[in-house]
Amino acid sequence: MAKRKFGLGLSLLLASSTLLAACGEEETPEVAGDTGDEPTEEEVFSVAMVTDVGGIDDKSFNQSAWEGIQRFGEDNNLEQGDGGFDYLQSASDADYNTNLNNLIRRGFDLVFGIGFLMEGAVAEIAQQQPEAQLAIIDAVVEEPNVASVLFKEQEGAFLAGVAAALMTETGKVGFVGGMEIPVIERFEAGFRAGVEAANPDVEVDVQYTGAFDKAELGKTTANRMYSAGADIIFHAAGATGNGVFTEAKERKEQDPDANVWVIGVDADQYDQGAVGDTNVTLTSVLKRVDNAVYDISTMAMNGEFPGGETIVYGLEDEGVALADSRGAITEDVLAQIEEFKQQIVAGEITVPETVE
Amino acid sequence: MEYVIEMLNIRKEFGSFVANDDITLQVKKGEIHALLGENGAGKSTLMNVLFGLYQPEGGEIRVRGEAVNITDPNVANKLGIGMVHQHFMLVENFTVTENIILGNEMTKAGIVDKRKASKRVKKLSEQYGLNVDPNAKIEDISVGMQQRVEILKTLYRGADILIFDEPTASLTPQEITELIQIMQRLVQEGKSIILITHKLKEIMDVSDRVTIIRKGQGVGTVVTAETNPNELASLMVGRQVEFKTVKGEAFPKDTVLLIEDLTVADYRGVEKVKGLNLEVRHGEIVGIAGIDGNGQTELIEAITGLRKVKGGKITISGKDVTGKKPRKVTEAGVGHIPQDRHKHGLVLDFPIGHNIALQTYYQAPISKGGVIHYEKIAEQAKRIIEKYDVRTQSEATPARALSGGNQQKAIIGREVERDPDLLIAALPTRGLDVGAIEFIHSRLIEQRDRGKAVLLISFELDEVMNVSDRIAVIYDGQIIDEVLPQDTSEQELGLLMAGQSDRKTKAGANEHV
Amino acid sequence: MSNRTTNLLVPVLAVVLGLLVGAIIMWVSGYDAIAGYAALWDGIFGDLYRVGETIRQITPYILAGLAVAFAFRAGLFNIGVEGQLIVGWFAAAYVGVAVELPKVIHLPLAILAAAAAGALWGFIPGLLKAKFHVHEVIVTIMMNYIALHVVNALIEVVTGGSERTERIFPSASLRSPFLEALTDYSRLHYGIIVALIMVVVMWFILDKTTTGFELKSVGFNQHASQYAGMKVDRNIILAMVISGAFAGIGGAMEALGTFEYVSSKGGFTGIGFDGIAVALLGMNTPIGVVLGATLFGSLKYGALNMPNAANIPVEIVGIVTAIIIYFVAASYVIRLLIERAARKKEAK
Repeated sequence: MAKRKFGLGLSLLLASSTLLAACGEEETPEVAGDTGDEPTEEEVFSVAMVTDVGGIDDKSFNQSAWEGIQRFGEDNNLEQGDGGFDYLQSASDADYNTNLNNLIRRGFDLVFGIGFLMEGAVAEIAQQQPEAQLAIIDAVVEEPNVASVLFKEQEGAFLAGVAAALMTETGKVGFVGGMEIPVIERFEAGFRAGVEAANPDVEVDVQYTGAFDKAELGKTTANRMYSAGADIIFHAAGATGNGVFTEAKERKEQDPDANVWVIGVDADQYDQGAVGDTNVTLTSVLKRVDNAVYDISTMAMNGEFPGGETIVYGLEDEGVALADSRGAITEDVLAQIEEFKQQIVAGEITVPETVE
Repeated sequence: MEYVIEMLNIRKEFGSFVANDDITLQVKKGEIHALLGENGAGKSTLMNVLFGLYQPEGGEIRVRGEAVNITDPNVANKLGIGMVHQHFMLVENFTVTENIILGNEMTKAGIVDKRKASKRVKKLSEQYGLNVDPNAKIEDISVGMQQRVEILKTLYRGADILIFDEPTASLTPQEITELIQIMQRLVQEGKSIILITHKLKEIMDVSDRVTIIRKGQGVGTVVTAETNPNELASLMVGRQVEFKTVKGEAFPKDTVLLIEDLTVADYRGVEKVKGLNLEVRHGEIVGIAGIDGNGQTELIEAITGLRKVKGGKITISGKDVTGKKPRKVTEAGVGHIPQDRHKHGLVLDFPIGHNIALQTYYQAPISKGGVIHYEKIAEQAKRIIEKYDVRTQSEATPARALSGGNQQKAIIGREVERDPDLLIAALPTRGLDVGAIEFIHSRLIEQRDRGKAVLLISFELDEVMNVSDRIAVIYDGQIIDEVLPQDTSEQELGLLMAGQSDRKTKAGANEHV
Repeated sequence: MSNRTTNLLVPVLAVVLGLLVGAIIMWVSGYDAIAGYAALWDGIFGDLYRVGETIRQITPYILAGLAVAFAFRAGLFNIGVEGQLIVGWFAAAYVGVAVELPKVIHLPLAILAAAAAGALWGFIPGLLKAKFHVHEVIVTIMMNYIALHVVNALIEVVTGGSERTERIFPSASLRSPFLEALTDYSRLHYGIIVALIMVVVMWFILDKTTTGFELKSVGFNQHASQYAGMKVDRNIILAMVISGAFAGIGGAMEALGTFEYVSSKGGFTGIGFDGIAVALLGMNTPIGVVLGATLFGSLKYGALNMPNAANIPVEIVGIVTAIIIYFVAASYVIRLLIERAARKKEAK
């Protein structure tokens, strides 16, 4: 009796699956056919992105990229969804390929891979789908249909170093890195160079936590640094850096006069640093992924997709910048920072990419 | 006649196995009613039916004359049926009161009123002469006391029919005497008791009537005053049982086991065997008598290669096996029935067949070239199960599911079938019923008669007296004396085991200094 | 009700219940559950590409599950599968990029290197457990962290400062143009065959060899095994070594199939930890592991399509898939309910 019922259920399930499968099959070839730069009926341009495991609310570059895409969408009257703009989040490294593929199959004209972790996946998909237009942030993929976007993180970090060196009261500042990879090392190198240029006597304490997603590690590292006398910590550690903020805020809560500051990274992290009426965020080194994403999307929409090229954004073209300090940095220091910035833009100072 | 409990024609099946087949048990108010049967006869099943843990397939249960349907233990509790389990169900680091009220807390606005509970426990304890301190922690009180806590637990919940499941299994003789007094007091106060046991002595001492079951079937009910242990034993086993083991004269030949000046330390490094000398010859059973903890465990482990030897020498049939690995010792011709069959003798989660192969699995014909042939294991198991009367559904049944006696028979089958020159039997009958004890003793004697050497370690005086051809008394890590069973008495042995070697003090001292 | 119907009914009911509760969660959160499940189904079986990718996802789960199950059968709780898998991944990728050899040598060599690396990573906790009675759970957890950071450092060393190795030579690759063409350019690779061979290997070791008998015996009861003359220490180490080798081969699947390189990791892959659930779902039997891995891998991969096609956020998707797995794992509760219902019926 029970058996028969289940047999029925099972066949229903199977039937629905064939139906579903049939729908899928119908769609796929059609969608796959109109990828690439072949214009759709109303010349609407659509764009999407794949995040790494961070997600679009990582308060960092995934979020920044998504903001750029949303702004692009608004400016061009696009809706979120097929034919407009969208994103997919990855749960693990193995998901990049599938997510990129899914978006291309849904007919997006340009698909971004956000983050160096996606380098391999973007390269592979670019080869499999030569008609698709792809872009990658923070890495270089040498394929004719991929635009590679890099940033001069060192230039922004340099200004952060200047700010830290001039604002420190203890003569000691800290740097918390995620993993020791080229991107993060550029931050470190720029930060060190900035401190050195502004005040060679200031000591820089550098620590790598080995992870971008371990807030508790960030917190203990910050605790060690503050306890050892540092008063400003610059983090380039993604979600690990949230722990740096937590530590600073806890210290500020216990003692409102505590002299602890954090310099944020990628996005303006001012909101992260709020403690009651005060704030521990000195400033943030902005990596304007949003600007870059917006820029590349616009180029592609206008038929100028920089496939096969590597575009580097720096201080000059507002690819990197310092966030508004909201009064935390004094006027005279801001003036000095501006001076250094002009020298970099003018090419009088070349900021090193690696720590020597 | 008024019965408080009537279980009429109860039938309980597990798959194709009938655990209870048409059993009837009628308990009168205010009596101690013993339920007697071998291990695995179906006593526990019947009681679990009464306690609501199993639902019977047939039959009827009446409590105080009314037919009831006991669907779970809560119903049983409400009917005033309480069970004192063999394995106590107590929380070690809780107090007596806390354990008693656990799951039955009296609360005042959500807060447990411990003081009130404690008073009630104290009052109950005094009423039945249990002498329990309500505020003591379980881990601090003796096993006998813990059992009284279990009794209190049932009384606290208002039980007036108490089931005692093998209550004396883990008690000292003194505690057993006290328990019997408590049971008599309970009955005087109007309670009724069902006593599950296979110990005939207890039944004769305490019960009013006895219901006997055998192999899942009810044999009948007799009045204790009108019967005797012999009759009870044959009713239980189904044939005439000999209490005195029958054996012929021993004809010892050349030496098998020779231990010279053996010194062994326990895991803490404390010397437990101190220069021990012992000899066991072909065709004799040597019994080691002694109180637990005098070095018996370390001695066996040293012989079998499980423990490092600190000094001295062990030879088997002239071969030096001192410090050899267990397998080397086994292959030198030693069989071993370990004292803790659950921990050391069996892999309880393995099928009984695998357990029977535990010493031979790596040899041909079972294993060839690293490949094991389970069908050979099954063949071997079937043969030994048949030959040693191991009662099990099949050789694939997990060892855990067998009764203690059948587990032990399987171990003996495994060890004896390998035909070892020396068989070491450590507490081979612990926890077993008379039928199984008789079987095991006769196997040991059979080994001797076939010219093998047997070393028997036991804490039970009558076992040592009955089975051994020669008795070596161990005290404080040394053999302080050797006696012949026919030349000694329990009293003398008892004194020797306590270290009072009056008879040969001087000789003994000279020998071992 | 017969045992066989119950055995069939239980997993089916478990999945159905899991789907139901998952649907309620989607509805309560304001998402279309039917569209969600359609997307899930479509994400697993929708087209050949997805079927290929689903099988690819299942492959490492099988091996991680085997690793956990094997240790479990020997009474050991190997939490270190994750670390063993990571070192295996690195070893295979390293052999893949360091030399170029004929495929018949190169590919087996790379897989063997992964097995050896995983085995080494299992050997250490095995040795510590056997000789010094250090609990394997503690050691294996720590070995996971060591694996993660050592591999990250090694990648930097062998690549001269990069966070990612080159692609392996095609001679070491498990990828196959044939399978890719068959599945519309999915990353399906021959690893699934390797994984299934390992399933047979585990079955053979456990159920056909003398060593397997000893391992199981030691797993159930070390004391009795020692009494029976088995070398307990040796068996513990051996169990961990074989378990580690399975995990290492799991890493090779990623190195030689899915990714064809190894890159610095900011955190664990999660495959090793999921392997624990896979093994338990499969009741630590080789066939069970295949079924557990299939469920796990399908849900993991199919779930990617839920945000894609039904706009359900990944967080909700994560909860829904976890609930389905949870119900399958808790299927003994369902078994209990069925048995109770059956008993009631009989009683009447």
